[in-house]
Amino acid sequence: MATDRIVGIDLGTTNSLVAYMEGGRPVVIPGEDGLNLVPSVVALDSGGQMIVGNAARKFLIETPDHAVYSIKRLMGRGVEDVHAELKYFPFRLAEDLLAGEVLRIRLGSKTFTPPEISAHILRQLKRNAERHFGAAVTKAVITVPAYFNDAQRQATKDAGRIAGLDVLRLVNEPTAASLAYGLQEKKNGIVAVYDFGGGTFDISILKLHDGIFEVIATNGDTHLGGDDIDNLLIGIALDDIAGDMHTDVRRKAGVVQAIRKAVIDAKIHLSTCADAEIGVQLPDGKRYEREITRDLFQRLIAPILERTVGPCRQALKDAQLKPEQIDEVVLVGGSTRIPQVRKLVQEIFGREELHTELNPDEVVALGAAVQANILSGGSAATENMLLLDVTPLSLGIEALGGVVAKIIHRNSTIPASAVEHFTTGVEGQTNVAIHVVQGERELAKDCRSLARFDLRGIPPLPAGMPRIEVRFLIDANGILQVAAREQRSGKEAQISVQPSYGLTDDQVEKMILESFDFAEQDLSERQLVEARNEAETILTALAKGRTSPAWAVLTAREHEEIAGLESALLRKKGGDDHKLIRAAIDALNRATMRLAELMMDSAVATVLHGKTMGEVDLGEGPEAPHPIGKAEFK
Amino acid sequence: MTEAPTKSLLTVLATTSPTEAACWSCGEMRAAHFCSACGKVQPARPVDYFTFFGLPRKLHLDVAALEREFYQLSRKLHPDLFAQAGEEEQRWSLEKSSQLNDAYRTLKDPIARTEYLLRLAGVEFQEQSQQATEKARASGQAKQQVVPPDLLEEVFELNMQLEELRAEQKLGKQDVALVHDLKQHEKHFQETLHALDHELQHAWKDWDHLVSDAEHGKAAAHEKWNEARDRMVGVLNRRSYVRNLVRDVGDAIG
Repeated sequence: MATDRIVGIDLGTTNSLVAYMEGGRPVVIPGEDGLNLVPSVVALDSGGQMIVGNAARKFLIETPDHAVYSIKRLMGRGVEDVHAELKYFPFRLAEDLLAGEVLRIRLGSKTFTPPEISAHILRQLKRNAERHFGAAVTKAVITVPAYFNDAQRQATKDAGRIAGLDVLRLVNEPTAASLAYGLQEKKNGIVAVYDFGGGTFDISILKLHDGIFEVIATNGDTHLGGDDIDNLLIGIALDDIAGDMHTDVRRKAGVVQAIRKAVIDAKIHLSTCADAEIGVQLPDGKRYEREITRDLFQRLIAPILERTVGPCRQALKDAQLKPEQIDEVVLVGGSTRIPQVRKLVQEIFGREELHTELNPDEVVALGAAVQANILSGGSAATENMLLLDVTPLSLGIEALGGVVAKIIHRNSTIPASAVEHFTTGVEGQTNVAIHVVQGERELAKDCRSLARFDLRGIPPLPAGMPRIEVRFLIDANGILQVAAREQRSGKEAQISVQPSYGLTDDQVEKMILESFDFAEQDLSERQLVEARNEAETILTALAKGRTSPAWAVLTAREHEEIAGLESALLRKKGGDDHKLIRAAIDALNRATMRLAELMMDSAVATVLHGKTMGEVDLGEGPEAPHPIGKAEFK
Repeated sequence: MTEAPTKSLLTVLATTSPTEAACWSCGEMRAAHFCSACGKVQPARPVDYFTFFGLPRKLHLDVAALEREFYQLSRKLHPDLFAQAGEEEQRWSLEKSSQLNDAYRTLKDPIARTEYLLRLAGVEFQEQSQQATEKARASGQAKQQVVPPDLLEEVFELNMQLEELRAEQKLGKQDVALVHDLKQHEKHFQETLHALDHELQHAWKDWDHLVSDAEHGKAAAHEKWNEARDRMVGVLNRRSYVRNLVRDVGDAIG
């Protein structure tokens, strides 16, 4: 059923992808430009349209105040968390932000929350998939860094909802990668996945057992990636320009973005060459040029790479494994293309051989497609495959003195639950406040505050008498759910969950409504895509018709009319008005009706080349309702 | 003699297999997690972890068999298999698989398993975790923790040395001999841990015998149960104390 199609999405810091299982293997669905990667860049053009991906990149340099990248860094975070980021990223926060409010980013004169911006990226991927299938896509599996906390996961789910996607599952990126590899290899053993991407680092250790992918331990840093390397090099270039050339361009966002592009090119170049050049044209007509050797590059980035070692050691310790007990090591994420990163991984795990067979930029999306296939009921390829993931961070509640009492430990297989009992401290008290945190530190103030719950409607009793049972459950997405009950009276205590950094349900609903404006834009785009696909179908059919014996039966006038309408359709197809394309299709359709009939007759008469009716290419005839954009037509 | 715990130990031996009720979908009498007739998942009910796996409340346990059972049940209960099911079945799958994961996590670990069984038997443990220590520190109370008498002397010496080491570290110094001494202590306490694990296994044997006898209708007297229980509580308390010492030393030498 077309409506039950579930796609897999990698919503990355630098690039995003959508993939789907076709014929037993996952494939990435390319965009209209034919490219698999959709840069995670969103821009607002002068006409108020949202531009996403490659087309949005030029805005970063031309109108930097109308464009944003690496938005994933801000997902699920509060104002006070992101001060450090603001030094390095040109995020322009809304000026009227209140403490505890969800961040909003300025694009031109408008403001957007990180989930709304991510929703634009998701909507682009959704469109790409819809163009590919020629049908609506409403269900998705989205990947998140394994070390994402509850708020970051919730924000990702919200982004999906705003984009009109039912997010059936959030899958951890390294785990998804292991699914993609597992589909190929089908081996039992212990696998470590080292996932070093654009903005996040994860390490996961899994046990593969007859199709079960059981995560034993995971660790990471949600703010460590290729971005940090870029920022380091940008910093050096800015210092050079300020010092040697006496030009301060730090505040010129467009120039900074041009430098960013130049250092990324140099970084990529250095993965294969011994040296590279960073060259940028400055606004005063001068040109900044600097040569950087691989040796210098390696010395510069060593401290950044070193930050991945601690999480690896901790994951091994949590898994109670020694490096030599790991059977396979898999590399994921664009930053693992850097030779020095590979060398470091070889050192950590004490081996030469690393798995890099699958494209490190695509493997997570491919794994998401595998998980999507499993959720849709599975297929021969995914039969017996099951993912058992863990929660990356311990869940705790704030106890007396601000100390955290852990109730679900990190690396517990999810879904996981814990039951805690609470009571009152004052006679007649009817409310109890609970503060839930996530993290490994001992004091609540050092952990991430997830939510404050208010247990209300407790029957007024002497202090300590009520016995309120609260059940905490982390679901398969790694997201917390809470339920409470007063046991003595059997009454369900009401809970109002105040997420510390999330959008409320009402806010998400409102954003969904607002997104209808964009949905209209989506709709007209979809109609255009569908009309173009249909035009392709009829043009292909016509080309086949010309080679059939029936073509000779038509009169010269008919030939002429058809040729005229054909070139008209070809012209309209290049335009962007779906109604004009439709009209041209209809005209050509009418003019070719007799051709279709003749072809049908001859098809029936001769059963062309021994084919059955259904196989004859023009059997459906151009007058039949055209299948909307068959996947075969690109 | 120890006083009887709040919950009679004999009640611990009550039902060891989930009771059967009618299947919500087809009405047949069903097995614990799925209907034996139509295979549908059944609503989660509050059961203890032993009951969830259909195990007797014994402490010797075939962990490999438990793992196989865990994988088998995961293949049937995990929410991934119910992504297309109705809302209610999705919820049951979520609740059941969380029960499954919680139960497996607890039972596969020998210490967690023993503590869990003792809690079922009404024992309340003095929290000796790092959190409890921090909590006590934060609230300004001294943590109530009884030093096992035979360790008293060594613990005293160890604490002195730890203090000394921390003071030196503050000054940026490192006394090689002191670190060596501490490592010796750490090694000794590690050995003590091993010995305690061995002792715990003996205590399990006593308990498991009592359970077997009761299963054969030869219920032992209360005192016997209490004896077996108290022995395990004693070992666990000592073990937790020693483990914290090992951790403190580990933290100090880094």
